[in-house]
Amino acid sequence: MSLLERETDGVIMTPDNIRTKKLPLVAELGVAVVALVVAAALVLGTGIGNWVLVVFLGIVFYLVGLFVAASRVEGKRSAKNKIWRTMIYAACLLAILPLASVVWTLVSKGAARLDGDFFGSSMNNIGARDANGGAYHAIIGTLEQVGIATLLAVPLGVLGAIYLVEYGRGKFALTVRFFVDVMTGIPSIVAGLFVLAFWVLIVSPWFNDGTPRFSGFAASLALTVLMLPTIVRSTEEMLRLVPGPLREGAYALGVPQWKTILKVVLPTALPGIVTGVMLAVARAAGETAPVLLVAGGAAAINMDPFAGNQSSLSLFVYQQAGDASRYAPDRAWTAALTLVALVLILTIAAKLLARRNRLS
Amino acid sequence: MGDYPSRSASNAAGGPGVTARHARAAGDGVSPIPPDDLSGNRPPQGGGGALPKKARFSMETGFRGLSTAAGAMVLVIIVAIAIFLVSKAVPALSKNDANFLTSKEWFPNDTQPHFGIAALAFGTVLTSVIALIVAVPIALGIALFLSHYAPKRLATPLGFVIDLLAAVPSVVFGLWGRDVFLEPVQSFSIWLNKYFSWIPLFGGDGPFGRSVMLGSLVLAIMVLPIVTSLSREVFQQTPGMNEEAALALGATKWEMIRTAVLPYGKPGVLAAVMLGLGRALGETIALALTLGITFTISANLIQSGGNSIAANIANTFGEANATGRGALIASGLVLFAITLVVNMAARAIIYRRREFRDSAA
Repeated sequence: MSLLERETDGVIMTPDNIRTKKLPLVAELGVAVVALVVAAALVLGTGIGNWVLVVFLGIVFYLVGLFVAASRVEGKRSAKNKIWRTMIYAACLLAILPLASVVWTLVSKGAARLDGDFFGSSMNNIGARDANGGAYHAIIGTLEQVGIATLLAVPLGVLGAIYLVEYGRGKFALTVRFFVDVMTGIPSIVAGLFVLAFWVLIVSPWFNDGTPRFSGFAASLALTVLMLPTIVRSTEEMLRLVPGPLREGAYALGVPQWKTILKVVLPTALPGIVTGVMLAVARAAGETAPVLLVAGGAAAINMDPFAGNQSSLSLFVYQQAGDASRYAPDRAWTAALTLVALVLILTIAAKLLARRNRLS
Repeated sequence: MGDYPSRSASNAAGGPGVTARHARAAGDGVSPIPPDDLSGNRPPQGGGGALPKKARFSMETGFRGLSTAAGAMVLVIIVAIAIFLVSKAVPALSKNDANFLTSKEWFPNDTQPHFGIAALAFGTVLTSVIALIVAVPIALGIALFLSHYAPKRLATPLGFVIDLLAAVPSVVFGLWGRDVFLEPVQSFSIWLNKYFSWIPLFGGDGPFGRSVMLGSLVLAIMVLPIVTSLSREVFQQTPGMNEEAALALGATKWEMIRTAVLPYGKPGVLAAVMLGLGRALGETIALALTLGITFTISANLIQSGGNSIAANIANTFGEANATGRGALIASGLVLFAITLVVNMAARAIIYRRREFRDSAA
């Protein structure tokens, strides 16, 4: 006499009722079909909505129906389990829809102006009725601004991370670490306003006979403020992954700490650091607001980042989006496609590099 | 991380550069005490007395000073942001005829400038909160899917895609919201207005479309990847033992998640939500392109209108004079203060849990 038989009095044990009862897949599909049909009949019959409402109500009915059916067959706990599983899957599908739409629109609309003229000409002397015009000046601007920002942010960020990992002890290091994290969340527009107040309105008049001046360099400064915490953070993580024995080996050979850091720790962590830098660059390349505030935007090619207005790809997208010309949307979408391609190539390259990284 | 294995079984779902660092206790690789004592007052040991004396200024001191200065630079920048914003905001605020905190109007370029931040601050908070209400449940769903439901072969590339989406520039989402998403939102607004106009949120006589709802939904799509990837990392860190114990007690998968995964991840999820909020509050271009730009305080979600501090800066900066610029900087200062508080709260939550400290980048 088994334990089960004592508990359930009067029930004869057969293979069928020992196993947990499962709602067959066919029944689940059946519930789904019935739910959709009921929803469609309700919505289209009364005329209160279109197919979106049908799908929405269908899902609600399906969840209710599934719960009832599963509770009958499998019990309440199992039914709850099924409901949550369905909802989690539905959340995934729901999120994929808009994202797929973004990608599809980018490709389909962006292809309209994907020609040599777009990449070879600027918007100088392009009127509202001109179909041509391109983003050459904006691409130059993006490359120069992001390049200068990288030159400024990388040494600063890597040194800051070295401080946090190798030298920093006690309260001050903790404070710095905390504020690096806080700084990651500073809105880009605030960084732009900061550089506007600091560089454009106060410092730049010194070099320009007393009148404030927009420049690509100011945009680089703002991007530096945005890149710095990201670089410090990722470099710090990479430096922490460098095994302690490597450092100890160097110390044992009498190598001073600074040389150990430069010759042993940094080379070991280099691939990871490069990955972090590339991710920061990708993020900076997509920033619009700071460039709008401190570089001003321009229609003509300006190679000099230190004097005069400059544009950037993201700013170009924004300005074309606000342009009344009927050719502007095409230009905006093609520039957006270019920008996304640039950012994604950088990001994917960084992730692939990270995958080959020995440390992580 | 003490007695527990640090990761759940599906630990490879994220990018390797993001997750693998948890396999090692924090501070594991921190350098041991360097051989050359910097203070120089250590008594000579063994044959140390015969070694050359330490120079007063060495490369070591220089390098140490340099890196300390770089670390301190972060604090300098944050303080400088506050100082310069205040210095440029004060002159404009002193010329302001209206109460800056309570006035809803924004006419800083007039000869008698009067402007206030009430409507803008309200719009900023409203759009961000709605965006989070929409995005967080979906993001948590995806995070759970990636960490506990999806097969590994699907979870890895999907997690990769989510990370990529976080990198897509906001101007692209703004452009998409204005050119593509506007239409479905518009017809949805009209439908809501037809059947639910007795709820004040969905009332009004139109026009509908470039509304708070459009802005918030675009914002939600943008916040989604951030909240997802952070909470996924937190969920993956649930000790495998806790999960297995729950399953061994006969819990169903959902009960296991509710009793083991969610409680463990709660602080991390809270921090992820706060970080998402910080991102949403500061979002500029997407809202500048999708909102209808009005200076009113209204709970109506579907009528064209709405505004936010950041979007207002982007929209009106072009025609601002000196006072107008100062007024915009003042509004930026308010935004800076709000995001600083939100971010510091989020980080404080993360720092309380040592396991999460290294995860939320």
